[in-house]
Amino acid sequence: MRGSDNYLAQHLLTVGSGLVMLVALGMVFLYAPREAVMGDVQRIFYFHVASAWVGFFGFFVTFLAGVGYLLSGQRRWDVLALSSVEVGVTFITMTVVTGSLWAKPAWGTYWTWEPRLTISAVQLLIYVAYLMLRGSVEGREQRARFSSVYGIVAFVTVPLSWFAIRWWRTIHPDILTGGDQMAIAPRMIHTLLVSIGAFTLLYAALLSLRMKLEWTSDELIRMRLKLERRSRG
Amino acid sequence: MSSTLFAAYAVFWGLTFAFVMSLWARQRRIQQELKRLSETFERNPPAND
Repeated sequence: MRGSDNYLAQHLLTVGSGLVMLVALGMVFLYAPREAVMGDVQRIFYFHVASAWVGFFGFFVTFLAGVGYLLSGQRRWDVLALSSVEVGVTFITMTVVTGSLWAKPAWGTYWTWEPRLTISAVQLLIYVAYLMLRGSVEGREQRARFSSVYGIVAFVTVPLSWFAIRWWRTIHPDILTGGDQMAIAPRMIHTLLVSIGAFTLLYAALLSLRMKLEWTSDELIRMRLKLERRSRG
Repeated sequence: MSSTLFAAYAVFWGLTFAFVMSLWARQRRIQQELKRLSETFERNPPAND
């Protein structure tokens, strides 16, 4: 793809994700009905679930990119893995913070050490550590190999978090697969699906911007090496 | 609308905005550095090239 096509595609993706996000926001406040038990606070659920989905998806992409790097050794897989972790961490932070805000009126506390919340907190720390440890490894290839293995192993937190509310006794609601306190009306499901679509597009737009940053950074490293070689004669 | 709901949506937009701004700032810094190095490179052509 030519540079101008890339630029256009990136702009279309950014504008498109913004528009779908506005539609999702409109549906959350104007289309979805008010939940009978929790009232308006339940409207947090649409973006909370959507951001969790995108966070998990981001870590899944990192898992696949890690496998891709270990098999091929190509830099693009490492760029994809790193970029996806950064975007994923942003979305999982949103999930944890908004879940905590929702918990105060629903459970009477911002935080409780129950399985789903504990795993989410640990997961967030594991992926923040990925970003911090990555910077401490010397040598590009070694760093990429280490990050790939780490990204593959860290992915275990995603199924663990998903199944936590099914395997253990927990107070976290199971909206998607279990009959729970919240009554899900068809309009709520439509709103949730559009929100998930909007967040997935936003993930793609942010991922593409983050990858662009990494490629520009590579260009800078190449230029520095070129100058260094020249100054050495 | 409750203040909790407002706070939650402010977190969504705030974090997204902060992430985009951090990408923008890093991209800008790298591009400025790249431009500076390119200018240095062009100002000092190698003797044997």
